Amino acid sequence: MADYKNEFGLFAERPKVEKKLFDRNKVIAGLVIFIVMITIPLWQNLGKIVAAPVPSLDTPVIKKLAEKDKKCVMPKEWMRANHMQMLVDWRDNVVRTKEPNVTISRGREFVAPDGKQYLASLTNTCMECHSNKVEFCDKCHNYAAIAPNCWGCHLETGKKMAEAK
Amino acid sequence: MDFFKRHFFVALSAVLGLIIIAYVGARGNLQLVFGVVVPYMAALIFVEGLVYRVIQWARSPVPFRIPTTAAQGRSLPWIKRDLGEKLDNPADTPHLIGRMALEVFAFRSLFRNLRTELVKDPDNPEGARLIHWSYKWLWLGAIAFHYAFLVVILRHLRFFTEPTMGFVLMLDKVDGFFQFFTPAVYLSGVVLVAAVGYLLFRRITNPTVRYISLAADYFPLLLILGIGITGILMRYFFKTDIVAVKELAIGLATLHPKLPANLSSLFYIHLFLVCVLFAYFPFSKLMHAPGVFMSPTRNMVCNNRWVMHVNPWNYPVKFHSYAEYEDKFREPMIEAGIPVEKEQ
Repeated sequence: MADYKNEFGLFAERPKVEKKLFDRNKVIAGLVIFIVMITIPLWQNLGKIVAAPVPSLDTPVIKKLAEKDKKCVMPKEWMRANHMQMLVDWRDNVVRTKEPNVTISRGREFVAPDGKQYLASLTNTCMECHSNKVEFCDKCHNYAAIAPNCWGCHLETGKKMAEAK
Repeated sequence: MDFFKRHFFVALSAVLGLIIIAYVGARGNLQLVFGVVVPYMAALIFVEGLVYRVIQWARSPVPFRIPTTAAQGRSLPWIKRDLGEKLDNPADTPHLIGRMALEVFAFRSLFRNLRTELVKDPDNPEGARLIHWSYKWLWLGAIAFHYAFLVVILRHLRFFTEPTMGFVLMLDKVDGFFQFFTPAVYLSGVVLVAAVGYLLFRRITNPTVRYISLAADYFPLLLILGIGITGILMRYFFKTDIVAVKELAIGLATLHPKLPANLSSLFYIHLFLVCVLFAYFPFSKLMHAPGVFMSPTRNMVCNNRWVMHVNPWNYPVKFHSYAEYEDKFREPMIEAGIPVEKEQ
């Protein structure tokens, strides 16, 4: 099928379509833009080794605790995944839930699985031990880009003390 | 099994099979495969396949402009064209860019979607009347889905960059604007699942659309629905250790992959479905994403009327001109009394 016969009986060559990249510059520019865009995380992190955050437990109150008392109100692993839910539940209990039988504490007791009773309070219980917000809370929150709205109302204990003085 | 069931259930069982594969893998100590090897392979297939197909497309010549008849083309000076017509049938590059921008950012051609229906009409002797009406639901579903998916993908950048880029933090705030539930519900996640659900619902319930739907149409929808649902489950209900997730993601992005121990099976299912989506992308209809930039009816100025476009594979035809014809048949023509241009 080398030749083509047209209506005049004359011979013409077979069509030759050029094998080339049409609109080469535009296509390549588009592909380069695409590749640069989707590899932004690679460029941004180039040569970095990002270490996992280690929340610091190095506060005066924790240091003073006896070895057997060095534990949170709930197990560490559970707290890692669920502390935000617990804090919100505490807040809702204290601020919004009316419990008729509770007169003084207004639902402020939290009973841990081991039977020990705590005051359900971020500032007074959690931050009593973890008074180092920057070294403890913010470590993971910043790492995972989370902006909890706790700090709209609650102040860091250190700051509060300084302001009180 | 009829046509619909065959195509729908093949796609559904494919997605369920993928979920089972990922679950078994995560349970069976194959975390390294599903957490590191598969994501890297999926990313490579995605980039390489996409570039390959775009290059293949660009090697096909598109010699002629294809003006779609949606608007008045540039013509005589007293034929009026408003901005809409100039954008739909552009005569110069700025308007062409406008048309492409409308297509890419606002899905202009879906916005023109019409529905044809027989409606009851007692005044009509046949009792029914055929109407064509503007049907925007498809456009709305599509645009909600695409923008929600974009926001979801951009939000996930917080796992891949350290420190997290500023605009991602801002997006996060805007997306969680209505601070209900803990953690704050992202609107984009809800919109994404609702819109994909609508698109799937439409495909199944509308008989005309169902008739032309294949497994390759259901599969991406079901896959994305699976991704959305696993993501939502993981964020709001069966919480996974987010710091471990970031460790894995940033390890991949810094090319120092590290496998944290405490990642849930749900996370591996989510990750595997995403990897499958990326690896499947270059082989599928999802290539409409780069394709929209290369669609000949959209990306060329409609200048047929004043610029000559030559087909690059035109045959070198030996023309038989009228002068040659007359030279050949002059005598019989004169004999028959047919007028000729040259007597001799």
